[in-house]
Amino acid sequence: MGMNITHDTIAERVREQPTQLFVGLITTLFLADLLLKLQGTTVLLFDTHVLGGSIGLSELFTYILDGLIVGIAVGLAGIGLSMTYSILNFANFAHGEYLTSGAFVGWATAAVVAGGSGVADRLLLQSNPGLELLSTPIALTVGLCMAAISAVGLALLLDRLVYKPMREAEGISLLIASIGVALLVRYTIAFIWQTGRYGVTGSPTKVTILNLVTLTTHELTLLVLGGVSMVGVAIMLEFTKLGTAMRAMADNESLARVSGIPVEQVTRLTWIVGGGLTGIAGYLFVLESGTIAFNFGWINLLLIFSAVILGGIGSVYGAMVGGVLIGLVDKLAQVWIPSDLTRAAVFVVLIAVLLVRPTGLFGGVKTA
Amino acid sequence: MSESSDEPTAEPVLAVDSLEKQFGGITAVEDVSFDIQPGSLTGLIGPNGAGKSTTFNCISGTLTPTSGTVHFQGTEITDAPSHVVAEHGLFRTFQIARELEEMTVLENLLLAPPNQLGESLIYAVTPGLRQRVQKQERELRERAWELLERFELEHLAREYAGSLSGGQRKLLELARALMAEPSMVLLDEPLAGVNPTLETQLLEGLHELREEGYTFLLVEHDMNVIMNHCDPIIVMHQGSILTVGTADEIRSNDRVIDAYLGGDR
Amino acid sequence: MTASGFRSRLTGLPDAVYVFGLMAGLYVVFTGLTVLLNFELAGVVNTLRAITYFSAVYAMVVLALNLHWGYTGLFNLGVAGFMAVGVYTMAIVSGPTNPGPAEIPGLGMSLWVGVVAGVVVAGLVGVLASLPALRLEADYLAIVTLALSEIIRLVLNSTLIQEVSVFGVTFGTGGATGLTVQNNPQTPVTAFFQSWPGSAITDMAMAIGINRPTVVEGIGYAIVLGAVVGLLFVFVRRIATSPFGRVLKAIREDQVVAAALGKDTRWFKIIIFGVGCGLMGLAGILWYGSDGYINPLSFRPNITFYVFVALIIGGAGSNTGSIIGGSIFASVLFYLPQFLEQNSTPVLDGIQSVLGGSTATPQTVIDAGGALVGLDLTAFLAYCFANISSLRFIGVGLILIYLMQRRPDGLFGHRIETAASVPLTTGDTDE
Ligand SMILES: Nc1ncnc2c1ncn2[C@@H]1O[C@H](COP(=O)(O)OP(=O)(O)OP(=O)(O)O)[C@@H](O)[C@H]1O
Ligand SMILES: [Mg+2]
Repeated sequence: MGMNITHDTIAERVREQPTQLFVGLITTLFLADLLLKLQGTTVLLFDTHVLGGSIGLSELFTYILDGLIVGIAVGLAGIGLSMTYSILNFANFAHGEYLTSGAFVGWATAAVVAGGSGVADRLLLQSNPGLELLSTPIALTVGLCMAAISAVGLALLLDRLVYKPMREAEGISLLIASIGVALLVRYTIAFIWQTGRYGVTGSPTKVTILNLVTLTTHELTLLVLGGVSMVGVAIMLEFTKLGTAMRAMADNESLARVSGIPVEQVTRLTWIVGGGLTGIAGYLFVLESGTIAFNFGWINLLLIFSAVILGGIGSVYGAMVGGVLIGLVDKLAQVWIPSDLTRAAVFVVLIAVLLVRPTGLFGGVKTA
Repeated sequence: MSESSDEPTAEPVLAVDSLEKQFGGITAVEDVSFDIQPGSLTGLIGPNGAGKSTTFNCISGTLTPTSGTVHFQGTEITDAPSHVVAEHGLFRTFQIARELEEMTVLENLLLAPPNQLGESLIYAVTPGLRQRVQKQERELRERAWELLERFELEHLAREYAGSLSGGQRKLLELARALMAEPSMVLLDEPLAGVNPTLETQLLEGLHELREEGYTFLLVEHDMNVIMNHCDPIIVMHQGSILTVGTADEIRSNDRVIDAYLGGDR
Repeated sequence: MTASGFRSRLTGLPDAVYVFGLMAGLYVVFTGLTVLLNFELAGVVNTLRAITYFSAVYAMVVLALNLHWGYTGLFNLGVAGFMAVGVYTMAIVSGPTNPGPAEIPGLGMSLWVGVVAGVVVAGLVGVLASLPALRLEADYLAIVTLALSEIIRLVLNSTLIQEVSVFGVTFGTGGATGLTVQNNPQTPVTAFFQSWPGSAITDMAMAIGINRPTVVEGIGYAIVLGAVVGLLFVFVRRIATSPFGRVLKAIREDQVVAAALGKDTRWFKIIIFGVGCGLMGLAGILWYGSDGYINPLSFRPNITFYVFVALIIGGAGSNTGSIIGGSIFASVLFYLPQFLEQNSTPVLDGIQSVLGGSTATPQTVIDAGGALVGLDLTAFLAYCFANISSLRFIGVGLILIYLMQRRPDGLFGHRIETAASVPLTTGDTDE
């Protein structure tokens, strides 16, 4: 009888949620395959390789760690996008450019602060200033602050000039305008810094934690700073009036307006918090990769969108979790497909999420 | 005018049975059942929030009901998407007029007729076939102008529907539904914002059409209109049907008066 | 004259006047430029060929996109991807089975089979993409189509299907290296001009001083493209002025109403997505295919944004506007900067002869700024010329922002292009 009941519920589940079930099956299949690979077992069916293979534990660890690092950076970059998406109601295609411009200003400042000959050359990152956490900590800290400040400045300036006159417009008009903003900012950066890819860091020290994982001080900085910023923002939004006001606006703007929430002020604060985090994220992206180019924010934009949508638009926790998941997909996909296709895998996940659960993992929960 | 409601009747054109609609936790419509006789102008009244529009949405396929059934001319249309409901000949208007704003008044009208040849891409672009499309469009054009005349919208024919006043939009919405020559139209407050002279004309028009065989279900807050023109009258309150009857029966029903005066029971 | 006065005067003329008037104007301007730069006749003619070619290919894609965004309100950001599908399919299907060494073989069919296959496959991919389109809001659709376009590009770029063998037949995309398109739409045009009677035209052109056969062949191809734009215009206009087009507009305005009026909106969306993407595939074939070489880099999302900007300049929803927007964008925003960059030496010399200063290009923006402060405008302009492709994007971005803020209807989007196959007059209100 007990058997019967479970049988019924499973059949019912299949009928009611075929997509969820499908997603579950696929995930299980991949995990099973991963376990088989770790064991070094290959499953053959009619002489064709269906499952398994081999992969080393350390290789897998590297992928996971890399995924975590990318994921934290993407998640941090995603918070601002998620906030403007839910509160101002449009998909900001210029979001990648806040990353890039924050990073450029931050690293140019850091290069100058680190000192040495030729301020102009240092500003334009003409030669690698070789910045490194342990040898030039002050320059890096000042750079980080400048990255945040400049991204906030840019966000406010663009809001004033572009988006404010369009407050009444539909989301899609704002989206198109943001494509214009993206082109404007990205190529202004290219006009100033040219289109090369510049190295900015020296080789960071490696540290081994608990004899398990080895990572660089820069990667460690990214993980710690990224994590701390995320948690800080989450706490801030949870326990301040600003967080409440933002949630109210995200829910229903006109209602928020009539109930006395200073909508313009909240909008400005949204840009400030979102812009600052995004500038920091851009700076950390470069700290980890060691190089900077005028289009790195744009190239990562769809990755960030994927994270935000997977997590659920409007949710800070969603952006974090989505970022880490997307980072893991981006790196772990190498187990199955050529590394030049992992991005495509991320985008497939993005499309799948939009089809299966467009509200995302944390959608509807509306955590801040 | 007052004898029809308890007469033994022909096959109903619309049969709603135990309709229920929930939004999240709220039950907007609960256990609503009624039959509509062909050729009638039935009234549907009830205080704000009684569930009238929701009932319309469930019948017309704009919303899917939580439970219950809807039959139209003997065919079940309960879970049919709204375009299928319309294909069966059951049209509806919206309470808040939903014009196709950046389309002209004429385009709005010409959109409505079902099964137009030119809705097939092949017909639209192939030279020989396109002539047949044009022929059909010329006929539709004539009907559109007749309707415009009837609704006094001729001078606006080429304007964007978005530039019409609130009352004019209501008229266009009604004209657009009639353009399709449906068997039945669900009218959600079609007279709100329409001036009295035109209102009288429209109501006379509805009666003429009714005599031609159209069936109407009319939601209206103006009691004079309902009492003088509709038979029978369905009264809804808090999601359920309170009573069904003739104007006299409704007028003398205490529960109806309570519902309107008392609000929450 | 104010912009609105100009616009109201613009309305009322037959549409062909705008298109041909605009092209004539562009020809005059570019002839003037090339004459100023002392081009020989072949060079002048070749410049006019280039603007015709770019105007035509842009007009094609913009017309296709107008079906999606202008008519149906479907925000398709996958234009580049669909063009790529079209031209890659064509290249693979009609590539020779035994090409030269180090080349990747194709399926060896004829060019026409390849073109049809390209259009059909692009259309089918479009139909697949429309399945999410049926359920998603406009901004999500934008993200999904952009992601799809990137997936297509990344797959074409990867080693995965660079060269594959299926049932003994070898073919592939060439991966990041790209693919030579031996059998391409330019090929039959070139062949025509190389044998009688076409060769007579070539000879005649040579006699009057157009001394490069490739220029003549290029002109021939540009004319063919112009004709294709004409046909395409008739095609999309027929769609637009039909009950089918009326339903598309209704979907754009309010899908719920369209459905309440008995229109199966899903079906219409699927069809139009397929048709539009097929046409984008065709444009991809005629545009990139004719270069004789394709590679995934050409199909980055920037090209999609270009096409969008062109559509918005012309005015979403207007077919005439699509052609005008395509031509203006292609000639003024796309080709002119490229032209100036290619001729920067004589242009800068000319500027120097008027303003003085130095034509040596400053190495950095700081040096360029220094030159500007030192009133050496020529040196500053030299830096600008060296970075003209960045400036072009900056300009495109500014225009897009301006249009969305001030003139979202573009040049022609405010016009009422009635969606009906006959004039909607009646006996007593005849005009
Ligand atoms: N989409 C929806 N989501 C949640 N609740 C809804 C929705 N639509 C209607 N309701 C609720 O259902 C109830 C019935 O609404 P409905 O619009 O059917 O009333 P009505 O009788 O048409 O009122 P009115 O005369 O004011 O038009 C109301 O309490 C309303 O708040
Ligand atoms: Mg109502």
